[in-house]
Amino acid sequence: MNIVDRRLNPKGKSLSNRRRFIRRAKQELTEAVRKATGERSVSDTGSDNQIWVKADRLKEPSIRHSGEMGERDHVLPGNKHYEEGDRLKRPEQQGGGGGSEGAEDGGGEDAFQFALSQDEFLDIFFDDLELPDMLRKQMKSSDSFTPVRAGHAVSGSISNLNLKRTMRNSLARRIALHRPRPADIDEKEAELLALGDALDEETVARRGELTARLEVLQRRSKRIPFIDPVDVRYNRFELVPQPVTSAVMFCLMDVSGSMTEHMKDLAKRFYKLLYLFLQRRYKNVQIVFIRHTHQAKEVDEETFFMSTETGGTVVSTAFEEMMRVVKARFPRDQWNIYAAQASDGDNASNDNARAAALLKRFVLPACQYFAYLEVKDEGGRDVTTDLWRTYDQLIKGGAEIAMRKVSERAQIYPVFRALFAKDAKAGAKA
Amino acid sequence: MSAAKKLEPDWDFDGLRRAYDAISDIALKELKLDLYPNQIEVITFEQMLDAYSSIGMPLMYKHWSFGKNFARDEILYRHGLRNLAYEIVINSNPCIAYLMEENSMMMQTLVIAHAAFGHNHFFKNNNLFKQWTDADGILDYLEFAKTYISRCEDRYGEEAVERVIDAAHALMAQGVNRYPRRKAMNLRDEEKRARDRLEEQERNYNELWRTVPTKGVRARPAYNEIERKKLLGLPEENVLYFLEKNAPLLKTWEREILRIVRQVAQYFYPQKQTKMMNEGCATFVHYYIMIRLHETGFLDEGAMLEFFQSHTGATYQPDFDHPGYSGLNPYAVGFNMMTDIQRICTNPTDEDREWLPDIAGKGDWVNVLKDGWADHRDESFIRQFLSPAMIRKMKFFDLHDDSESDLVVKAIHNERGYQTVRSKLANQYDVVQNEPEIEVVDVDLDGDRRLMVQHRVFNGIMVKEKETAMVLQHLANLWGYEVMLTEISAQTGLVLKRHVTQPAPQ
Repeated sequence: MNIVDRRLNPKGKSLSNRRRFIRRAKQELTEAVRKATGERSVSDTGSDNQIWVKADRLKEPSIRHSGEMGERDHVLPGNKHYEEGDRLKRPEQQGGGGGSEGAEDGGGEDAFQFALSQDEFLDIFFDDLELPDMLRKQMKSSDSFTPVRAGHAVSGSISNLNLKRTMRNSLARRIALHRPRPADIDEKEAELLALGDALDEETVARRGELTARLEVLQRRSKRIPFIDPVDVRYNRFELVPQPVTSAVMFCLMDVSGSMTEHMKDLAKRFYKLLYLFLQRRYKNVQIVFIRHTHQAKEVDEETFFMSTETGGTVVSTAFEEMMRVVKARFPRDQWNIYAAQASDGDNASNDNARAAALLKRFVLPACQYFAYLEVKDEGGRDVTTDLWRTYDQLIKGGAEIAMRKVSERAQIYPVFRALFAKDAKAGAKA
Repeated sequence: MSAAKKLEPDWDFDGLRRAYDAISDIALKELKLDLYPNQIEVITFEQMLDAYSSIGMPLMYKHWSFGKNFARDEILYRHGLRNLAYEIVINSNPCIAYLMEENSMMMQTLVIAHAAFGHNHFFKNNNLFKQWTDADGILDYLEFAKTYISRCEDRYGEEAVERVIDAAHALMAQGVNRYPRRKAMNLRDEEKRARDRLEEQERNYNELWRTVPTKGVRARPAYNEIERKKLLGLPEENVLYFLEKNAPLLKTWEREILRIVRQVAQYFYPQKQTKMMNEGCATFVHYYIMIRLHETGFLDEGAMLEFFQSHTGATYQPDFDHPGYSGLNPYAVGFNMMTDIQRICTNPTDEDREWLPDIAGKGDWVNVLKDGWADHRDESFIRQFLSPAMIRKMKFFDLHDDSESDLVVKAIHNERGYQTVRSKLANQYDVVQNEPEIEVVDVDLDGDRRLMVQHRVFNGIMVKEKETAMVLQHLANLWGYEVMLTEISAQTGLVLKRHVTQPAPQ
């Protein structure tokens, strides 16, 4: 008998089968994920992304007996009071008194449930989405360098020591300089020992000869080091500047008093999704959060999503703040600039013209893409708001703004997809 | 055996060894089991799920359906809807049994007795296993299969390989030889043969298509039906075998994949036919051993309490009208029958003497059971050994269903019904009767190369139409030309239905 502890064997042996399975079910999973996200928020699905999939492509068919015809017998356990010859009404759903056969892998397999990991879930959800018009712009900051292997060097950090090269050099040098091998010395020593202390002439002569020889060998071996500094080689790395597509997304959110809780919730959900999307798909995307009432302020992520504040509405302040940040930190020749604005569409009436002018003269020319999301109360009347009208006029004047309205949670996901689907700009303007 | 040291509740390797030795003592001396050498492997529940999803084998080729199994089992397990099985044990030499690290020491003892002794003995001695499976070669063969298929994926693409495996899996139930005719399988030779064949690249000579006329020459031998069928070895119940040998358009690697799937199907076929006996044997063995371990003082009362909870749970048979009823529990039927046989041997009633004269009062129940385990499959075991006492105990009754009128109780657990119940229950366990009988009957060599397949319909039970159509699509894709499945009544010979499928364009 043999006991083997296999617990430390590599885990996830079935991962490649899972990958094959997900590839197989790609289309159905995508639909299921879209549907699921309509019912709940992506960010708090966290641990438990259970998905129902129903797919012919996932069925493993086999030739089996039909359960609905022909004659058969069922032997069942647990008879209570039946006597021979009793007649029983047929159970309603299905022929046959019991599932004495076929229950195993058959029946309920048409649709089946399983859990996706958060990563798999988001991958599928964000599949086919992208930031439009991303341009390659050279970025100068230091973190865009990647080390690339570039031959060997005679100096370097010990962690980059190239042992193989070093030993090769050492060996070559030792051979060239006739450094005695340890085995040679051992041999001579052994021979010397074997001679013993006999005092006859021949032995004494031999002993003297050996001692002299040993001395030479040992001296030589000391003088010629095993590894000499000239042998040592290091792996050399060169820092190669990486052309990076760097982008910044400005999230402009109206938090004024006219925004109801519901509207704020919609807006926050939208930004949360945007945030997840950018984090997941783009390494070099910076996100700037700006919220505004009658005054605008750049805030951190936490404040943006969590804190509550109210006030009047002056949209132009948000644009001013955005341009200030752009000037200070995101030169246009180095950054792809995107902006997404969410608002209920209210604005101080004397600000509309100023907001439109700012947008047209500064914001839009700076942006690759500008998306506007108007949030509404559930079941609210579809009135055309000040902001919507203002933007609409800009669009008619040739400006590129993607606009969408949202009034309930379930619309967030389709709208998000519409705004960021590949070649979205064409669709968004429609 | 000394009762010196009681077992701790938590297991350790030393405890496992001592438990194994104590069990071994009883199993060899009292039950006289004949075993493959054992290899016991401790694994985590995740590894158990892994093994689960690839039909219990430690090595398997890659396929999405195993990923699907895993996804489904995982969620059931994590939600506590399903416990992982008692154990997994592999019919190989050495016999590999998995223990989960989460188990208590009592459970480990139980699983060792159950799997490493009960199942192990059954695998080694049952005739079906001896005849159809090769315990020495299976792991090496699966290793070969896995490597071969992954090399095919590298060379021909995952999707192309997947198409062939999907099709072969759909026909898996039609990929076994039900009746012995060739020599016992030897998977080591099998593997060597596959290697040799690989070296002979694509030399693809095919007996069948020698009959395809060359242009302008009309002097083709006009095969009559009998010659043609003889040439093709028809009728052939093993559809995968037939395709491997005769499908005109398959490439060598595709044939090899069909062969692999067929070998795996054949390897598992005895398990399908002996599930009740196999579990019954293992349960009977663990029960006997655990009781004896208690008597010798190796297991204390606390451990026994835990054992009984687990044992009764496994051998619980809900009544037919219980919401939890999902068919006969093989553990329950098997264990009860074997306990009953033990009783009949040692303490028979007059009734037993009448019904089972060969074994009643024979005394030597160990050998009676061992002979039973060796010589039978579920169906014949029930026909041979199901006693009236068992029928009364389980309160079996036979319900006749003609799919139209009311259900009729044909027999119950009384004098008039024993015979019928026994015979119908045996039928119910007969795999051959419960699977559609499909055969390749002919190929239209003169015309459009249509493959003709037949389903012999018994008692008016035809095949599920929609699912069958999917399988036939796979079959047609492999064959490369039209396929027709004819359902004919076994009683009257009349054609009941025809299913015709064209291969999908590649």
